[in-house]
Amino acid sequence: MTEKEMQIQQKKELQQAGEPTKQEKFYVPAVDIFETAEAVHVLAEMPGVAKDGVQVQLEEGTLTIRGDIAQRPPEGETVLLREFEPGGYLRKFSVAETIDQERIEAKMADGVLTLVLPKVEPAKPRRIEVKGL
Amino acid sequence: MAIVRFGDQKFFRNPWADFERMRRELDALFQSGVQDFGGRMAPTVFPALNISEDAANIYVRAEIPGVPAERIEISMEGDTLAIGGERTTCAGGEKLSYHRRELECGRFNRAVSLPTRVQADKVTATAVDGILTITLPKAEEAKPRQIKVNAG
Repeated sequence: MTEKEMQIQQKKELQQAGEPTKQEKFYVPAVDIFETAEAVHVLAEMPGVAKDGVQVQLEEGTLTIRGDIAQRPPEGETVLLREFEPGGYLRKFSVAETIDQERIEAKMADGVLTLVLPKVEPAKPRRIEVKGL
Repeated sequence: MAIVRFGDQKFFRNPWADFERMRRELDALFQSGVQDFGGRMAPTVFPALNISEDAANIYVRAEIPGVPAERIEISMEGDTLAIGGERTTCAGGEKLSYHRRELECGRFNRAVSLPTRVQADKVTATAVDGILTITLPKAEEAKPRQIKVNAG
């Protein structure tokens, strides 16, 4: 158990190259990326995004994570305090490892997307035994 | 425990009246900023909150991704609502090599005082997709009431 206090992170708004046609906010989701011998794992924080709103794409070495929110802002309420604004999420990564596209797994739970990108067989580290004479 | 502000005691001639007025005006200025321009206040403590109200309820919404509903603790004490919990999504294994580490982990606790009295026993909370929504029904005396004007 950690005794660390959580710090607040301001959501970073996405700077898009083109001008969006829809008046919609997009944020850059915070991610954890780590690698094991078998796979690359990606955890992305996307509060407000349901399971159906997630799109994951791997194309020519670019991994695109996109989350759209389904919840509409409630009507007829007076705002007393506003510290966050709901919006979609979009982030792209270039993936260097050769990923087995067929076996990519994605899971969404409590607003956190968990992606497992298994590496294709040859990329696994192989220990080479050095034989004595 | 009721705290009576020094300046609220009637038998004192309040030397701070001007400062009080200035503070109230500044408060009002910030309030109007929130409402008129849709401006966002910078949150200081996790989680970031959105608070709104309608005639019957106060709604508190918080972005708490990665914490399952059963691990969020909500308590009420008088007019103060406290949200706490712990996030343990960080894998943190030694064998992992991290490329990026942006997710925060650890305990969180936040308390807010509510603008009106609420019925503490009827507070409900739901957590969907990392967004926590707490619905606090206002106390009967705090609800706006229409008063009919009778023609004489």
